[in-house]
Amino acid sequence: MLGELGTSSLTVGLLCATLTALLWLRVALFGAPTRPARLATAATLAAAVVACGVLEAALLRHDFSVRFVAENGGRRVPLYYTVTSLWSALDGSLLLWLLVLGGYAVLLAGRRYPARLHAYAMAVVSAVTVFFFALSCFAANPFRAVDPVPADGPGPNPLLQQHPAMGVHPPLLYAGYIGLVVPFAFALAARPAGREGGGWLRVARPWALAAWAALTAGIGLGAWWSYAVLGWGGYWAWDPVENASLLPWLTATAFLHTAPGRGARRAGWNLVLACASFVLVLLGTFLTRSGAVASVHAFTDSPLGPMLLGFVLLAVVASTVLTGWRAPEPAGRTPSPVLSRDTAVLVNGVLLVTIAAVVLIGTIFPLLSGPLGGVRTSVGPDYYQRTAVPLAIVVLLAMGVTPALRVRDRGAALRRLAVPAGVALATVAVVGLLSRPGLPALTAFGTAAFVLTGLAGELPDRLRRPARGRLAGLVAHAGIALVAVGVAGSSAYGRDAERTVRAGESLRVGDVSVRLVGVDRRGDGGAMAVHARLRLSGAGGAERTVTPALRYHPARDTAVTVPVIETGLLRDTYVTLIAVSPDDGSATLRLAVNPLVGLLWAGGALTAVGGLGSAIGAARPRRRAGTPGEEARPASVGVHAGAAG
Amino acid sequence: MNRRRTGRTAVVVVLLAAGALLVTGALRGTLTYYRTPGEVLRDPDAARDRVRLGGEVVPGSLRRDGDLVVFRLAEGGQAITVEQRGGPPGTFREGEGAVVEGTLSADGTFRADHVVVRHGNEYRPSTAPVEPVDAR
Repeated sequence: MLGELGTSSLTVGLLCATLTALLWLRVALFGAPTRPARLATAATLAAAVVACGVLEAALLRHDFSVRFVAENGGRRVPLYYTVTSLWSALDGSLLLWLLVLGGYAVLLAGRRYPARLHAYAMAVVSAVTVFFFALSCFAANPFRAVDPVPADGPGPNPLLQQHPAMGVHPPLLYAGYIGLVVPFAFALAARPAGREGGGWLRVARPWALAAWAALTAGIGLGAWWSYAVLGWGGYWAWDPVENASLLPWLTATAFLHTAPGRGARRAGWNLVLACASFVLVLLGTFLTRSGAVASVHAFTDSPLGPMLLGFVLLAVVASTVLTGWRAPEPAGRTPSPVLSRDTAVLVNGVLLVTIAAVVLIGTIFPLLSGPLGGVRTSVGPDYYQRTAVPLAIVVLLAMGVTPALRVRDRGAALRRLAVPAGVALATVAVVGLLSRPGLPALTAFGTAAFVLTGLAGELPDRLRRPARGRLAGLVAHAGIALVAVGVAGSSAYGRDAERTVRAGESLRVGDVSVRLVGVDRRGDGGAMAVHARLRLSGAGGAERTVTPALRYHPARDTAVTVPVIETGLLRDTYVTLIAVSPDDGSATLRLAVNPLVGLLWAGGALTAVGGLGSAIGAARPRRRAGTPGEEARPASVGVHAGAAG
Repeated sequence: MNRRRTGRTAVVVVLLAAGALLVTGALRGTLTYYRTPGEVLRDPDAARDRVRLGGEVVPGSLRRDGDLVVFRLAEGGQAITVEQRGGPPGTFREGEGAVVEGTLSADGTFRADHVVVRHGNEYRPSTAPVEPVDAR
């Protein structure tokens, strides 16, 4: 019953989306009234809402006649994880994707923009919606009936039942991914919209900022989830799925920084970045949803691969054709001096795109080396540490230099850089003398000090004249610098040890040690768990007992580790139970001390908040131009100063 | 304008060349090859460098010797003895697929320092071996 309702909602959604695309095209081509198109857009969203609601209802009612519930539901799954089951596997997550996409479409339809540009952009968004409804209908319908109906299901993957971030990480990530469809749509609409198209950058910017903020938060939460759940003590493994989220983030970051104020200047570059960001989202979806690359996050094999790959190619072709190979250069522009903020921002954009290219190559190399070269290979973290990390440090440095270059006078610019440079050198000297973190980390510390000092110097100015988004930009940049410190600190000073210990023996890392007291086995919900009772000392606070566990889920024939993380102000103590001997007399433990990890989460949160603030600032209706003072400049330059400076 | 364009093209070409150099250099040093036991037995020299060896853990071959875990890894009827220091993850089982990373020693045993387990049916794509993060 629910299954039929769900399938029909998908079919209706597909029809509505197709109708929506045609209606918006009619608006764009013939100037028809927009009301029918808006209604169709709303109807498409309604279909997605119904589809999600039906699947959620089926999960909550344990209706195992629905295929998705039979595969991912379970009577013993806690309520929270039953709700989040919707996006714990491919087919359900596509429904969430449709819901978010429909939501964006309705929001975009409700805004006021130049009519033709708006209509063309809506047509693009609707076309993307058609594709994803088709995907859901034909290749990944979660509502198909199961016969005979099982009495119980295995529940979602155990890894996805361990952390509350499961409720927010995927929706935020999707909001980020799918939000990039709006800049993409405006970029594609710019040419066909003719003269109106010139304003595409300004209208796309708030959307890009909002999507970027959501994507940043999603990536940060994903790293946190990986750290807290997977038990290997790290937060970023250069896994294909992680890379897939980083790629659009990099190009979107470049887009945000080169976009405003200089729209006429680098029209081609901006179009490419806007299109590339969404194409990378689609490519990432293909890589991770088709079973093409091996990853812990990846969903299982599915028939989606060819359809998704086809759509990626279609998007590339559409981008190329609709944006044209080369945008015409506006005549009579004044070239900016070589050492200017403009150049620095461009250089940073190029560097960000280079990082994206390097990460993309590493991600798809194993995919290509088999069929093309006849050898199966894997690209490890070392590759990225040699390529992406140094480039990222240069990006950070350029980020610190850029605000000072706002002044035209070269001497004044250098004077403004003197204090941050001094602080950076002092940091490098002190840190280098006190510890030996290695060259990359030392450089990262120095650069982060440089950036943070520069931003602190800007703070009074930005607080005094709180122009739109300027403070938010500063916050976002400070967040990035903090993340850099967290990454460098945790990788340079992190220590770990792994050993099999007998009861009574200890495992020690620096001043922290754990002593194995005993091993307990107990059944626990749908799982069987082995707990190691450990006395932890030296991790701050009194000596205490911690119990990391290994949980075996028979329903999925899967064992997962449940690490214990004791969070301190400056460092985390991370204990994982890796294995237990059959007689319970000994256990293999991993003890890690991870310094400065907290800065990662704090920095990530600051960056996302900064992005959100910039988005709100950029979306606010502008005051009339021509008022004295700052408003005499094109408003977007002020916004940009905030985001890029 | 024309000279400007030539200059820009030159910059792009230089950047592309630098990028290509960076990528190939990094790939050359860090790429790990997958080998099957058969390939390693046929051409032992190829496994003197670090490789990943994939196969099924032969049932009955697993024994623990202090901190050392010894087992046979087989694929296509050919098997290699693997020695792994430190316990393999709790998710490691006989009869299951596993991928170990390490080097072939002179006596013909494979010394692994890293075991990645394929487990469950959910995350197993058809072609490449899976590396669950929890096994790292």
